[in-house]
Amino acid sequence: MLAGMTTNVVFGLLRVAILVAALKAANGEIADYDVAATNTYVWIGQGLLGFVLLWGNNELAERVRSGDVVVDLYRPWHLQGALLAEDIGRGGYAFLTRLAPPAVFGMLLFPFQFPAHAHQWPLFGVSAVIALVTSFGVRFLVELSAFWLIDNRGLYGFWNVTSGLLCGLTVPIAFFPEWAREVLWMTPFPALLQAPIDVFLGHGNVVKLLLYQLFWAAAVLAIGHFALQRAVRKVVVQGG
Amino acid sequence: MADTIYPKLIGARLRSQMSYRASFAMDFLTQVIAQCYELLVILILFTQIHALGGFTKNEVLLMYAFAGAAFGVADLFAGQLDNLPTYIRTGSFDVLLMRPLGTLPQIMCSDIRLRRIGRITGGLAVMGYALANVPIDWSPAKVVLTIATPVAGAVIYSSVWVVACSTCFWIVDGREFANAVTYGSNAFTSYPTNVYSRPLRWVMAYIVPGAFVAYYPSLALLGKQDPLGLPGWVGWTSPLVAALAAAAAGLVWRFAVRHYRGTGS
Repeated sequence: MLAGMTTNVVFGLLRVAILVAALKAANGEIADYDVAATNTYVWIGQGLLGFVLLWGNNELAERVRSGDVVVDLYRPWHLQGALLAEDIGRGGYAFLTRLAPPAVFGMLLFPFQFPAHAHQWPLFGVSAVIALVTSFGVRFLVELSAFWLIDNRGLYGFWNVTSGLLCGLTVPIAFFPEWAREVLWMTPFPALLQAPIDVFLGHGNVVKLLLYQLFWAAAVLAIGHFALQRAVRKVVVQGG
Repeated sequence: MADTIYPKLIGARLRSQMSYRASFAMDFLTQVIAQCYELLVILILFTQIHALGGFTKNEVLLMYAFAGAAFGVADLFAGQLDNLPTYIRTGSFDVLLMRPLGTLPQIMCSDIRLRRIGRITGGLAVMGYALANVPIDWSPAKVVLTIATPVAGAVIYSSVWVVACSTCFWIVDGREFANAVTYGSNAFTSYPTNVYSRPLRWVMAYIVPGAFVAYYPSLALLGKQDPLGLPGWVGWTSPLVAALAAAAAGLVWRFAVRHYRGTGS
């Protein structure tokens, strides 16, 4: 855990340095981000990364490949619901171990932009939880692809290398060219990281952001549900 | 003996990977995309600004390309060290000690992943583009420097990898610590060193000699003054720094292996 935090903080420091250098070159502000907002963006983002678990462990896909998934499907539960419950539980623990430490680190050591209104704190909490659910939904779909691909490591690797940009982890989506911004906000990806950060910073309309997140959380869960139903039909259990 | 065994070992690894063509192609592509990730970040930032730390877009791309190509080569040969904790935990490191060959070369040859050439390809492509688009006053010496830089950089990164992973002999689950240094220094060296704060610079540019991978050689190629105040000849010292780093890494590795105790059976 300590090792993971070291990595997290090192990358946070590097990202802050690059973004702040870019701000300096642009006379101190880019698209509503000044130095304090940028630091806040980076440290909240580094925390959320572990909380929403952007990069999962591909465990379900490995179980599909090995056939162990049959045991999971046997049980009298809805597989997706059970895994979601497990992931929310993990999130509770990750809140203390992954989200809070980098955020507090940033608050104490860097210029930090705290929410202007008290109600932004609970709203950020709500937004972060929806982000976690959406992240679970996307990861579930990536893992479920193993039912069709058998070896989904290519897709899994692809998600791991692209998600940082698509979700707004490395560079705020507000820095993107306009066409890229418009395209990205039509996808579920900013709901995983950029939306809760925006709620914290007070960027954009909170109600709109939360509704956008809710829509995509519901959408990816629904797609996951139907994909699972179809996938189960493909499962052949060989006796013996 | 060793000079005939290693080519055979490496040859066997390569043949086995080429036998799954589709999987190889997918992995290769993922690596190219992974290399393009940082490139996209740089390009996005430069839609908002005209210079970063006093360097233009193409100058930053040159540093990023040097760093990328060097890291790709280092990853190809030293990336296997990430498996060291597994070797130590399961006790298979004992097997390496039994053989009449060096432990470090054995690990380096154990799992050469050809797909990592994807990273190198990406880095070289950007390097070609950047070299053609930055103002360089070419001379024979600079041609040599251009070729020597990724090689020296690869040696520096590999040395960092060896030192960072040597900690796994004491901290069995030290892989993430090691990755903070190895992958972290790749991210660090992709940008001009002068954009970082002083403490970060001391650790990542001089103690871990990240500034010598891309930053100083690029300054020498471009004929630019170092904003941090070091004289111009520093840009030509990367091969020397690489040799020193490799020597230091060799010493650390020996020290670490001598302190290795098997986990028992």
